Formats: sequence, structure tokens, C-alpha cells
Amino acid sequence: MSEPTATNPAVVQEPVPEAWVKTELARHPQRPDPLAFIERMFTDVSQIYGDRAFGDDPAMFCAMARLDGEEVMVIANLKGRSTKEKVHRKFGMPDPEGYRKALRAMKLAEKFGRPVLTFIDLMGANPGLGAEERGQAEAIARNLLEMSRLRIPTIATITGEGGSGGALALAVTDRVLMLEKAIYSVISPEACASIMWRDASKRAQAAAALKATADGVKSVKCLDDVVPEPEGGAHTNPGEAARLLAERLHLHLEELKALPVEELLQRRYEKFRNIAQFYTAE
Amino acid sequence: MSWFRREENKIEGASESRVRTEGLWIKCDECGQIIWKADLDSNLQVCPKCGFHFKLGALARIESLLEPGYELVDGNLRSTDPLEFADLKPYAGRLKKAQHDTGLNDAVVSAVGMLGGHRVVVSAMEFGFIGGSMGAVVGETIARAVDRARETRQPLIVVSASGGARMMEGIVSLMQMAKISAALAKLDEARVPYISVMTDPTAGGVTASFAMLGDLNLAEPGALIGFAGPRVIEQTIRQKLPDGFQRPEFLREHGFLDAVVPRKELKSYLARALDFMQVR
Ligand SMILES: [Zn+2]
Repeated sequence: MSEPTATNPAVVQEPVPEAWVKTELARHPQRPDPLAFIERMFTDVSQIYGDRAFGDDPAMFCAMARLDGEEVMVIANLKGRSTKEKVHRKFGMPDPEGYRKALRAMKLAEKFGRPVLTFIDLMGANPGLGAEERGQAEAIARNLLEMSRLRIPTIATITGEGGSGGALALAVTDRVLMLEKAIYSVISPEACASIMWRDASKRAQAAAALKATADGVKSVKCLDDVVPEPEGGAHTNPGEAARLLAERLHLHLEELKALPVEELLQRRYEKFRNIAQFYTAE
Repeated sequence: MSWFRREENKIEGASESRVRTEGLWIKCDECGQIIWKADLDSNLQVCPKCGFHFKLGALARIESLLEPGYELVDGNLRSTDPLEFADLKPYAGRLKKAQHDTGLNDAVVSAVGMLGGHRVVVSAMEFGFIGGSMGAVVGETIARAVDRARETRQPLIVVSASGGARMMEGIVSLMQMAKISAALAKLDEARVPYISVMTDPTAGGVTASFAMLGDLNLAEPGALIGFAGPRVIEQTIRQKLPDGFQRPEFLREHGFLDAVVPRKELKSYLARALDFMQVR
């Protein structure tokens, strides 16, 4: 088989959908992970461990931290950097104890009136035998319900990949932000392709159909803000990417803090309650 | 015996069950015995020979739980196809076909009526409508049932039968999990009873939202209930899953179900639970 060249136009390549280009950027191996953002944006980071019931999930990070001197609770999934660490952290996919630990941290923040900021970059909740035994579905469901009524300002940021219910379980928040080249989807393009096209290699088409880019998610009103990234993606300049994100977080936090708590809760409730794409038939 | 020739003439998906249920006889999936379809119909789709629970449609489910005179509500919502999704076929066409085949607008039916002396709100999912998947219409219909239960202080019963979020509505489907869960938080604060009944199958984003949030979580015998699909888990852990994995006894043993209730006992179980939860 001959390679396509300028002198050999016989091989026609299909254009790569923009959604797939962004999916690859969102998953870029050099893309800063949530911890890399946290390290650049916060000071006085004191990690807390454990769900008080089963154990500590190495894929979930919770910490008291300061954003420009202000006390906040920071929650993020941890992906790991070395191969060994990646395996230990299950490539960033939390187990039920991870979601329960996150909820415990959120309740702690609520008790002392501190805002919660979550950072998400995961393929999904861990699909495992132990995860099912320990109630992955219940843990996610509980977070959705409890996050909807936390009496403190909450902001979620999808920094890379927002994979389905595993991401949503940290993102029922007053503001949901996505980095410009992040994706947020009900199912991975690969899984969607293998179910709907019966061919996992159709992942680029699936990515386009799912409209999982920040623009796509915004177009169906499931997103509050798109955070700009350095030209070429966050990995080309992680410091600048973190600066751009911190700027947006400040802005949103100031707006949320100005609201009386009852209004904050009402707005959060209505935001999700009004995500509705239907019409009334005769 | 052409009425159950599926072994040598395998037809996939929804059409398979229709081929088998046409005609007067059907073969039980579990015990392999041949049963009168009329016997199955008069037995809530439970095999009279072995007790296997066949799928029960949403309308038949409501009929099985509520006294005559109940009222169907919120049945007029339809999907806008928010992503204009198309894979090998356009989603709009899949919707039309499902609407034609089921006579429903989407994968859930809500009703208000009487159950054992209690006036209740029931939402029952229809697996025959795109696998009972949850998009914006299912999300909105169930959220309205939750609102209705809260506003009228009538207990809510949701009977799940769903493969999970509907991928053809993308992120909008995912958000329905948050929407219903937030509505259930308000129902919880209002102390109005909510009972979740999981039937075969209850999976993905449906399990990971309202199905697991009942004051009581019940399941029918034999139902597959889980978050991740068994095949996905097997591929991830590279080992075979134990017998009974994600079945009701497994969930009860691990502490996530209050009871496994056979279909024929469901109505009396619900009535008894509602007696506990509120004054008649
Ligand atoms: Zn049988």
C-alpha cells in the first residue's frame, strides 16, 4: 500500500472531525493533570484521606487549600504520572470509597462554610468487581443528590476528560467549567462507536456525533463557562493554562459568594432542573 | 414447532422477543418449558412453571399496581433530538420507530392512582423503547413525577427498566441524572415517601441516580442491576465474573437492596411499606 503524498493523490484521507482533534488534546499525555493545576493555583494544600467507612481511594484527592489566601476545599481525581503510580491510581478512575471520601470532604467544607472546587479528568468511574460490590452506582447517586443541596458555593472544572457519571458525581455544582479543549460526555467515543457503529475504529465519527467538546456542551446549555487555553493546548504552557483557569475561578467564586445561600441553592436547583430538550406533542 | 425456532434462526434485539411472543405458545427463557401465552399474560408475565420474570411493559406494570380508575399523566413529551444525532441510522428515525412500536412518546409512563388505600404517583420505565434509555424526555417525565409527589404529598414509586443514559442525547442525557437526583433531594426534605423498584435490567446512569436513592430500594427476582456492564468489567479485570454477579441477591448481600420482591407480591409489599411511611 502506498503512502499518500503530494504526487500520489490516489489515497484520499477523510478529514478528521474537530471533536476528535480536541478529544486527542484532552487526552494528550503531556496535558497537565488536575493535580498539576492544583499545585500551580493553590497554596497551603493539606491533603485529607479516607471515606471513614471502607478505606482511602488513591484515585481521589481532597485537600484544604488556599486560593489567594481564601480557604477552600479542593477535590480532584488523581491520575498518577509514572506507570507504577498510574496503575496504583487506577488511571484516575475512582472507586465508591473515592466518591464517598469526596462527599465527606464536601460536607466538611459545608460545615465550616468553605467553598468547594472540584477538578475532573477521568475516563469514568472504575468499572470493577469491587466497585460493584461496594456500590459504585449508589456512591455516584448519593453524590448527585447531596451536591444539589450543599449550602456553600461549588464550582467544577473539567480539565481534560469528563467521563460520564464518574465525572458528574463531582460536578453537580453552581458553576460547571470546561477547559477549551476538554471533553465531557455521556459515553466515550470508543464505546459509543463500538455500540452504535459496531466498530470501535469509528471513534472520530462518534466523537463528532456526541458533541462532547466545550462548545458542543455549551450549545445544549449544560455548561456555564469555557476556560481559554494557551494556543496549541494546555500542555504547551501549563503555567499559563493554570493562570487562565485561576482567573476564571476567582471571578465565579466572587459572584457566588455574593449570593444569599437560599438564592444560591435555588439557582443551582433550577439550572439542572431546566436542562430540558423536549416539546409537548398534541 | 416453528414458534420457537430461534436457536437455528437467530434474530437479534427487540424483534427476537416479538417473534417468540407472537402465536399462542412461548418457550420460557429459564426452564425451557413451553407455556401458553395466555397463562403468562394472566400471571403478570411470570412463568407459571418456574417463576421466571419476563419483562413487563410500562402500561401493564401500572395496571398491575394501581386500582382501576388511575390516570396517566405527562405522556405528551417528545424528544427534540438535541444533538441531531446520527450513527448508522438517524436517531430521529429510531425515535419514530420506537414510538410506532410501543405507542408511547418515550421510555417512561407516569400515572396517579390508588395503591392499597394510598394515593400514589407511579413512573414505570418501558424497556421496549430504545432499551428504556434515559434522555431528556425520560428525565423530565420522572422529574415531573417527583415534583407532583412533593406538591401533592403523595408517595412516589419508580419502576426502573433501563440500559442507562441514552447516548444519542449525549451530555443532555447525563444531566438528567443530576436533575432527577436534585428533585429527589427536595422530596426527601419534604418527607414524602419514595420507593425505587429495580427490574431487569437496571443499569448505568439510571442505577447511578434515582434507582439507588429510594427510601426503600427493591428489586424483582433475577433482575440485572449494576453500574458498569458485565462485559466491560470482564474486559477490565480480565477474569470471569462470579455466578449471580449484579443479581438481586448479590446486591442485597452487599447492602444495597432492602428486599427482593416477586412481582406478584410487589403491590402488597408497597402497600405495607406505605402504611409504615405515612398515615393512610
Ligand atoms: Zn419457566
